[in-house]
Amino acid sequence: MKVLVPVKRVIDYNVKVRVKSDGSGVDLANVKMSMNPFDEIAVEEAIRLKEAGKAEEVVAVSIGVKQSQETLRTALAMGADRAILIVAADDVHTDIEPLAVAKILKAVIDEEAPGLVLCGKQAIDNDMNATGQMLAALTGWSQGTFASELDIEGDSATVTREVDGGLQTIKIKMPAIVSVDLRLNEPRYASLPNIMKAKKKPLDEKTAADYGVDTAPRLEIVKTSEPETRKAGEIVGSVDELVAKLKEAGAL
Amino acid sequence: MAVLLIAEVQGGELAVDATAKALTAAAQMGEVTILCASEGCAGAAEAAAKLEGVSKVLCADDAAYGHDLAEPLADLIVSLAGDYEHIVAPSTAASKNVMPRVAALLDAMVISEVTAVVDANTFERPIYAGNAIQTVKSGDAKKVATIRTSTFDAAGEGGSASVETIGAAANPGLSEWVEDKVAASDRPELTSAGVVVSGGRGVGSEEDFKLIEGLADKLGAAVGASRAAVDSGYAPNDWQVGQTGKVVAPDLYVAIGISGAIQHLAGMKDSKIIVAINKDEEAPIFQVADYGLVADLFEAVPELTGKL
Ligand SMILES: Cc1cc2nc3c(=O)[nH]c(=O)nc-3n(C[C@H](O)[C@H](O)[C@H](O)COP(=O)(O)OP(=O)(O)OC[C@H]3O[C@@H](n4cnc5c(N)ncnc54)[C@H](O)[C@@H]3O)c2cc1C
Ligand SMILES: Nc1ncnc2c1ncn2[C@@H]1O[C@H](COP(=O)(O)O)[C@@H](O)[C@H]1O
Repeated sequence: MKVLVPVKRVIDYNVKVRVKSDGSGVDLANVKMSMNPFDEIAVEEAIRLKEAGKAEEVVAVSIGVKQSQETLRTALAMGADRAILIVAADDVHTDIEPLAVAKILKAVIDEEAPGLVLCGKQAIDNDMNATGQMLAALTGWSQGTFASELDIEGDSATVTREVDGGLQTIKIKMPAIVSVDLRLNEPRYASLPNIMKAKKKPLDEKTAADYGVDTAPRLEIVKTSEPETRKAGEIVGSVDELVAKLKEAGAL
Repeated sequence: MAVLLIAEVQGGELAVDATAKALTAAAQMGEVTILCASEGCAGAAEAAAKLEGVSKVLCADDAAYGHDLAEPLADLIVSLAGDYEHIVAPSTAASKNVMPRVAALLDAMVISEVTAVVDANTFERPIYAGNAIQTVKSGDAKKVATIRTSTFDAAGEGGSASVETIGAAANPGLSEWVEDKVAASDRPELTSAGVVVSGGRGVGSEEDFKLIEGLADKLGAAVGASRAAVDSGYAPNDWQVGQTGKVVAPDLYVAIGISGAIQHLAGMKDSKIIVAINKDEEAPIFQVADYGLVADLFEAVPELTGKL
C-alpha cells in the first residue's frame, strides 16, 4: 500500500501573526514558516506504517508557493520516500482553499492510486478543518477524522476519533482518508544524516494547471481585521481579595 | 431565502443549547428548517419544533444516522439540499466531520466557525487561532457553514413548527460504528457552562487534577484543560480548550497552572471574566486575565475552594 500525506507550509505555531493595518490580510513576509503541526503527526504515522510493514511507500505532497519545497524536504528527512510539489501560487499570502486543494489531491490520487491518505485535522493558519472531509467526498472514500488511534487490518481500518463527548471508535473501508489529531503520536525529529539524505530524494514539481484544477477562491476575502483585544486586569494579593473582587463583579 | 439547519442530536436527544445558538445565526440568513437525523429522534424533533423562529422540522429516524457517521449523513443532507440556499450547523465535532463533506459534494467551499453573519452571503470567521478575523463573501450557489456557538445567544422557546418525517437516503456502507467511550458526568457541559475551571500542566498529575475538579464542583462549573494537561494524561481529550479543542465563552473562566499560549487563549479569550492562578508572574495568561493571583496552586486552590 502506498500512503499519500498532504503537508501544508504554514506560519510557525510559535509566531503571533500581525494583521496589516490596511485590513488586506496578515503579514507573512519574513515570518518563520514550518510544516503544519498536524501534518508532522500524519507524516510520522505514515512512516510508522511503513516501518510496521503495512505500507510500502510514503509520498508527501504540498500545494502552494514554491517555498513549500522546504516543507516537503522536512517530510523527506523524517522518512517519506518521495515528494510532489504542486505550485499554485507565487505570493506567500495566497492561501489555496481546501476545496481546490482537495480537487488537486483527487487528481494526484487518480495518478498515484494510494490505499490511504493521512492528512492533518486542521491547518493552523486558516483553521478550516475541511480538506480531508472534502477529499473523501470527491473520491467517494470513507473518512476517519480527528484520529487518535489508527489500526489497519487488510481492507478495513479501525479509527478512534476525538469527539465532543470523549472518544468514538469506528471501522472504515479502505481506501480511506484519515485526518489526524494531536494525540495520535509524537513526531520524530529528522536526524542530520537523514536531512542530508533527503536532499537526494525525488521531489517532482507540477502546477495546478497540470491537473486542470481552477484554484480561484470561492470565498472572497472582504477584509481582515484585528480581534478585540482584552486588557490585563489587576493582580490581587490573596485568595480573600480574589473572592471579594469576584463577589463585587457579580461573578460569585 | 431558505436555510437548512442541521440539529445537533446526541443519543437521540436534541442538544438544545448548541442548536438554539446556531439557530440565532441561521435566522439571520433566511427562513429556517431544522433537520434532525438520528436513531429514535422523534423527541429531538419535537424539541426542535419548539424553538423560536423555526418554520419546519424534518425528522429522519434511521439507524444509519445513529452515530454521526459522515458518509450516510452527508448523502442525506445533499439529497435535501435542492430546496435550500444555506446549509448550516453548530460547529460541534459531529458537524465538523460532516459539513465539509457536504460542501464538497455540492461543489461549495465550507465556511468554518462563523462568528458573525454580516449578510446572507457574508460572514466573519477567526483565523490564525483567533489572532485575525476574516470577513468572507461566498460566491457559491449554496452556502455551507458551521456556526461557532460561543458567539451567538440561544434562540428562545415558544415556537410550534410542524414536524415532517422523511425517509433515509441510501447508505453507502463505507463505515460502521464500533464503540463510544464517553464518561458520564453530572457537571455542566463544557461549551454551554456558565463557569469553567481549567487546569494546565502546572497541576502536575491526574491525581492532583482532583483539586481543579473540587473547585469546579464548588462553583457548579464545567472542567476544562490545556492541551499540555491532556497530552500528559491528567485530563481526558474532551476537556481540551483552545484553537484545536473546544471554544468556550462562559461568564467566569478560571485558568489554573496554565501559561496562556495563543492556542489556549483562542478557546477562552471571549469569556466575560477571566481569573488566572499561576506561580509565574510573567505568565502570558495574566495579560488577558481580569483578576490574577500569583501563587502556588497547591496552596491557593484548596484555600479558594474552602472559602466559597
Ligand atoms: C497544533 C497545535 C495545537 C494546539 N492546540 C491547543 C489547544 O487547543 N489548547 C491548548 O491549551 N493548547 C494547545 N496547544 C498547545 C499550546 O501551544 C501550549 O503548549 C499549551 O497550551 C501549554 O499548556 P499549559 O499552559 O498547561 O502548559 P505550560 O505552558 O507548561 O504552562 C504551565 C504553567 O503552570 C504554571 N505552574 C506550574 N506549577 C505551578 C504551581 N504549582 N502553581 C501555579 N502555577 C504553576 C507555570 O508557571 C506555567 O505557566 C497547541 C499546540 C499546537 C502546536
Ligand atoms: N495547501 C495544502 N497543501 C498540502 N496539504 C494541505 C494543504 N491545505 C490543506 N492541506 C491538508 O489538509 C489538512 C487540513 O487543512 P484545512 O482543511 O485547511 O484545515 C492539513 O493538515 C493538510 O494535511
